[in-house]
Amino acid sequence: MSKALIELVKKQFGSSVLGSHSQFGDDTVVIEAKRWVEVHRFLRDNPAAQMTMLVDLCAVDYPDREPRFELVTHLMSIPKKHRLRVKTLVGDHAGEGAEVGTLVELWGAANWFERETWDMMGITFLGHPDLRRILTYPEFEGHPLRKDYPANRTQPLVPYREGPDVLDKLAPFGFDEGMPFGRQTHLTQRPSLAEDPYGTYRPRPGRVRA
Amino acid sequence: MEPIDQDLEESELELPSEPMKLNMGPAHPAMHGTVRIVLELSGETVNKADVQIGYLHRGFEKMCERGTWTQCFPYIDRLNYVSPMLNNNGFAMAVEKLLGIKVPERCEYYRVILGELARICDHLTCNGASAMELGAFTPFLWFIKGRDLLWDIFEEETGARLTHSFGRVGGMAKPPTIHFKDHVRTALKTVLKLVGEGESLILKNRIFLDRLEGVGRITPELALSYAWTGPCLRSTGVAYDVRKAYPYSVYDRFDFDVPVGTTGDNYDRFMVRLEEIRQSARIVEQALEQMPDDGPINVDDPRIVLPPKEEVYTTIEATIQHFKIVMEGIKVPAGECYSYSEGGNGELGFYLVSDGSGTPYRVRIRPPSFIITSALHHMIEGGMIADIIPTFGSINMIGGECDH
Repeated sequence: MSKALIELVKKQFGSSVLGSHSQFGDDTVVIEAKRWVEVHRFLRDNPAAQMTMLVDLCAVDYPDREPRFELVTHLMSIPKKHRLRVKTLVGDHAGEGAEVGTLVELWGAANWFERETWDMMGITFLGHPDLRRILTYPEFEGHPLRKDYPANRTQPLVPYREGPDVLDKLAPFGFDEGMPFGRQTHLTQRPSLAEDPYGTYRPRPGRVRA
Repeated sequence: MEPIDQDLEESELELPSEPMKLNMGPAHPAMHGTVRIVLELSGETVNKADVQIGYLHRGFEKMCERGTWTQCFPYIDRLNYVSPMLNNNGFAMAVEKLLGIKVPERCEYYRVILGELARICDHLTCNGASAMELGAFTPFLWFIKGRDLLWDIFEEETGARLTHSFGRVGGMAKPPTIHFKDHVRTALKTVLKLVGEGESLILKNRIFLDRLEGVGRITPELALSYAWTGPCLRSTGVAYDVRKAYPYSVYDRFDFDVPVGTTGDNYDRFMVRLEEIRQSARIVEQALEQMPDDGPINVDDPRIVLPPKEEVYTTIEATIQHFKIVMEGIKVPAGECYSYSEGGNGELGFYLVSDGSGTPYRVRIRPPSFIITSALHHMIEGGMIADIIPTFGSINMIGGECDH
């Protein structure tokens, strides 16, 4: 590990670097959330850094602090053989407004890492192509790794949907919904009951003739 | 056959070209029961694939925040349940990094030997199972027989065949048994013989090779972008092995090679794993030579390691020590660290945050399987549906690790 990396980031981004340390030999820089993508792009492309690999991306919840979440990435360079941890702070006390740009265009690995972080912590990655839950299911309520989520909380059963007829008992999701690629829960609207009483809505256009 | 004497409209004669959707798993026998792949097929070609995981999610990171540091070990065991000893070692190393302690030399060797045996088990299972999924049942039995011999050693040493929970912060639960070295030497010889026999059963089989060669290919650039590590990355030709690149424990004292592939297809992954079995055996043999026969196995620090049981029952100091560690946990200084080791599937990382109490504030695992599975759709899209089976088998996705 080398301190040179911290200096490199400090020199390039100056006042956007909120802090740095090398606890236990792990070099760390804390940066402003609005320059999150920019810093990572710099670290990937700069010849002195050459961070080829996004080793890990996760978040830590500190409910007493403001900003509440610490978003952490671990970067590694195979040719240069060095590592760096980059952190940023997002979200207010209630966990709202936790938003940051996505790293998907820089590293493919960011895709699932960010989906996981959204699922577990509720941090939104702006511009992510496919931000849906990954470890839990679409009807899951809350974000389980937040400190205010009780570990013994049980989730409600996914309810049947009611049809226009009182005796109708419809499956929790339509016959086609279990399969499609976009069983989205985030930022997409499902049709209302009046528009789609039997849950036959398909997100993709139907039959296409060649 | 006579032509159908019917007047059909032009549009009715056209076959529907709508792509077919197919759900593969989670109950599919080759999906290990924990993965579902939603496929969009045109004929037998996969147009688009959506890999969905989470069927084995148990909230392990949340559970770790509820107990003491030592109580994490049983959860850690169940991450990669094919090589639990490597997980134990990785987590123990991470907590020791936070504590700033170094375990005695004898313990380092003991960990290396058990860890490498676990790696052999891991690779044997992966290769055996992926061969079986292609119909080669005999090699599977050969490989699993070899694994069973190693599990006998684990049973002898730890008391459990699969989930050992044998690692401890600052050492191991027990010192090695008296016949440890002899048992390992004998078993290893038989295992290598079994591996050789099993490999000769399939590696000249045209059908088997055709299913592997050139299938499920991935480029080194893509693999690096997806942060692949371990045998899967090495199969693309990138010689990155944590044991060589950042030697931890006593790995710098051993002479071993890092096998690499050339094309990153299923065949390369299969062969890299086979060769790694042999390299692990080399490490174990050297470690057995160098391992001291006596000496402490745990660090000498009453705040970290439990006192011997007989002292707990007879002296007040040991009783209090025992009580403090069991009830309050090991007091790990506040801070954060990221520690990594070479697991069965690649870099197994632990990012730990401590607030200075006996309970972890945050335990984050970087599971290699999760990352490898996240690039699976690149390998199966554009291929045939039958090629999913060997490709999925060769990346060795372990549900417990992948789904946290």
